[in-house]
Amino acid sequence: MEKKQCQCGHVNPPGTILCESCGRSLTEKEQNSKLVDMRYEGTARRSQTYNKSIIDKVWNFFSSVKVGIGIIVALLVAAAVGTILPQEQYVQVPVRNEATIKAYYSDVYGEVGRIYHYLGFHDLYSSFWFIILVGMLAISLIIASLDRFVPLYRSLKNQRVLRHESFMNKQRIYGKGQAPEDVLEKAETKLKELKYNVTLDKNGLLAEKGRFSRWGPYVNHIGLIIFLFGVMLRMMPGFYVDETLWIREGETRAIPEAPGYALESKKFQLETYTGEEKDGAFSEAVDRVGSVVKNYQTDIVLYKKAEDGLPGEMENMEEVKEYPIRVNQPLKFDGFAVYQMDYKQNELKAMNFALTNKESGDSLGELTIDLINPEKFYELENGATVELKGYYPDFSGFENGEPQTATPLPNNPGFLVEMTTPETPKGETSFILIRNTIEPFGENQFKLEFQSAETRNVSGLTVRKDKTLPILGLGGLIFMIGVAQGMYFNHRRFWIQQKANGEIVLAGHTNKNWFALKKDLDQVSEFASLPAYSDQQEDIEMRMKKEGEEAL
Amino acid sequence: MTLAAMSSNFLYAAFICYLIATFVFGGAVKGNKTGTYNSESRWGKTAFIITIIGFLANLAYFFTRWGATGHAPLSNMFEFTTAFGMTLVGGFLVLYFLYKTPVLGMVVLPVALLIIAFASMFPSEVSPLIPALQSNWLAIHVSTVVIAEGILAISAAAGLVYLLKVVDLTKKSKQRFWLEAIMYSLVLVVGFVAASTYFTVTDYEANFAYVDKEGLDKEIAYKMPPIFGMNEYEALSEGKMTPLVEMPAIVNASKLTTVTWSVILGTIIYWLIRLVARKRISALLKPFVKNVNLNLMDEIGYRAVIIGFPLFSLGALIFAMIWAQIAWSRFWGWDPKEVWALITWLFYAAYLHLRLGKGWHGEKSAWLGVIGFTIILFNLVAVNLIIAGLHSYA
Repeated sequence: MEKKQCQCGHVNPPGTILCESCGRSLTEKEQNSKLVDMRYEGTARRSQTYNKSIIDKVWNFFSSVKVGIGIIVALLVAAAVGTILPQEQYVQVPVRNEATIKAYYSDVYGEVGRIYHYLGFHDLYSSFWFIILVGMLAISLIIASLDRFVPLYRSLKNQRVLRHESFMNKQRIYGKGQAPEDVLEKAETKLKELKYNVTLDKNGLLAEKGRFSRWGPYVNHIGLIIFLFGVMLRMMPGFYVDETLWIREGETRAIPEAPGYALESKKFQLETYTGEEKDGAFSEAVDRVGSVVKNYQTDIVLYKKAEDGLPGEMENMEEVKEYPIRVNQPLKFDGFAVYQMDYKQNELKAMNFALTNKESGDSLGELTIDLINPEKFYELENGATVELKGYYPDFSGFENGEPQTATPLPNNPGFLVEMTTPETPKGETSFILIRNTIEPFGENQFKLEFQSAETRNVSGLTVRKDKTLPILGLGGLIFMIGVAQGMYFNHRRFWIQQKANGEIVLAGHTNKNWFALKKDLDQVSEFASLPAYSDQQEDIEMRMKKEGEEAL
Repeated sequence: MTLAAMSSNFLYAAFICYLIATFVFGGAVKGNKTGTYNSESRWGKTAFIITIIGFLANLAYFFTRWGATGHAPLSNMFEFTTAFGMTLVGGFLVLYFLYKTPVLGMVVLPVALLIIAFASMFPSEVSPLIPALQSNWLAIHVSTVVIAEGILAISAAAGLVYLLKVVDLTKKSKQRFWLEAIMYSLVLVVGFVAASTYFTVTDYEANFAYVDKEGLDKEIAYKMPPIFGMNEYEALSEGKMTPLVEMPAIVNASKLTTVTWSVILGTIIYWLIRLVARKRISALLKPFVKNVNLNLMDEIGYRAVIIGFPLFSLGALIFAMIWAQIAWSRFWGWDPKEVWALITWLFYAAYLHLRLGKGWHGEKSAWLGVIGFTIILFNLVAVNLIIAGLHSYA
């Protein structure tokens, strides 16, 4: 396409609708219309100018508002589909793997669930097509903004004061007529009083206010792009830590992904409302529901490796602080946050047994087996011993005659022991479970009799570090600024020209809120005795309405 | 009188004020047959004052309840929905102050009444906060959301007035059907309120044992005669109705029964109105909107979105993410409530682009306003009661 030379001599880029310099209409369509299209100041937008190469086509596709809205609606519908059945991360299965999750959907939701899972909707928000849709939204945001912002910025930056009359008389607000000699000076005074920026050139005046509101849409789009960029960053290693830390009361554990730090749990507690708080105001609610949790809390001590300590060394640690981690009150240190997320009450800690003679019931002494780090060998009185030959913390049955454990957690401990006493020097083997004892090699004389168990609570903590948060926050802030800038301010302009014969031509434009623009103009008119103006769009609408009525 | 009891009385007072104001606004619009605006503005002013008194009582309810519980009363279905009714009226007051349109009050106040009545069907005793809610963000996040939603709902009210005026009810059309569908769904809320009130007053309760979707034995108390029975149900109360149909485990038959009773009663009420009036409800309301300035309604609808959208972005997304990061360790988790907040936001973003970029003014814009309100209601009602998630506090 060729550059367009206007009658005024100015050479405009290809695709320009209104001459950048004088404002004359350059296209036939624009020349024939009653009002000029001021949306992008009649500038040449790339998307409206070129449509030859692949790049042009891609550019034009993404710069279209229609396509943008299409992407928004597609995202909206897809997001809604993902809420029909719960997403997999909210599904409760005893053992989490692909097969059990698949089975869950068909077992619980029948055929619908099977299809839902088959289509991949159980993990919709991380599916490739959903991510592609979000990516397309980001591309659309960037291209559509650039396509409009660049020419608009250029044009508003290089505004001329003097415009051709065909530009003026095709503005929505337009007036022409005789006026006193000093009209320009007076209009200038009043417009300045109304906080307009006034520029004079020869016999003309341009008054402008609130141009920055035109950037609002682009600013809020930049905010959204920064936000999406932040979200993308978290896929990179190092920006984002999400670990689970189960810690028992009394334990000290290294904090995963936070080298040099360790956490000790002093105590976990769960409190419920008694109904007596606030002078019994809550008693009715507590009675109805049964029990309402008031607090989940893990009292911890945070340790840091000493300056000269060796990496991974747990002894030589310095206490940093004590802190009660509660829901809504995570522990914070060095960019990390540790959250109270889960708990398990009364996990078995140790079990006490007495070695007893089955017949007489006489005890040969007691022993305590620690269920996390059990000792192998226990010596009792009178030379009796117990050897722990096998320990199965979460006994799940036998496989080929071998006892199995489902998890390393002491949920259902099983002990394979050999008991030796002066009476049975060869030793007797016994497999002990809760409420059950198996004697694999025949009847024994002795048994380990369960006496008592010690329990403690376990806290489920989540360790997080998220370096993208400041980026996301910045994106959100810029978005809000852009929205306010574009929505609550508007760009108003007046052009006034004094012709050689003393006649005054005036025109006005705003991107929105015409009512306020007219109010401003009325004030200036009254002060400077400007000629009467009219709202040409309302005139056209009135005429059309009238014609319509006459046609009936 | 305790603070909690005082608070309930304030809510009653607000409810009654809104009820009276509805009729006075109606009178202001209807009385103006000749097109003179004198009587409209006089009656309109009276109704406005009554609404303000109601709103003050409503605020008094809110803050006395806050005093009674020690936390912002926005923590369960009753509290949030009541607050939504309040902010709806608040939004109306702001726009009435700007545009002086009694007809808007005639539409907004009955909707606010329905919302408050609907809220009262949920347990309303003051309740303590669970740990996840014990944060100042409860007041900040939820109040911003509820104010934004109240204002966005005004866009729907203005849209409804617009549609009542422009949709031609003499000819069969999609528009006529959907407009009446809106009226019908409003009557269904009346049906729900009527059914709940009746069975609560008569103290109906039937207990059942059933097997839930995880295969566990559970018990449930029906507050309405069971039309649908829970999965493998077994009656525990004697002399009560036997369920007509047994539902599979994924369907909560108790809630389905409530919905069915509401639909039955609502439909009966709807057809009673139709039989007595001998016309559609939309046709019944049409004379009230005769003198409406369409451009003004369009402007109000748009203005409401302009104010509501940024507030919604701030409250339902930004504040929500900040709090979620503090309470749940992640700012976003695709919880159904979060997703539907995003859907609402995307919808209004589309509304703005269609209006500013594609020139969707007038009727199209009015329909969009109404659809937006439906999405907000879906997020409030369906997502809380049907789709279980982290936000199911009711």
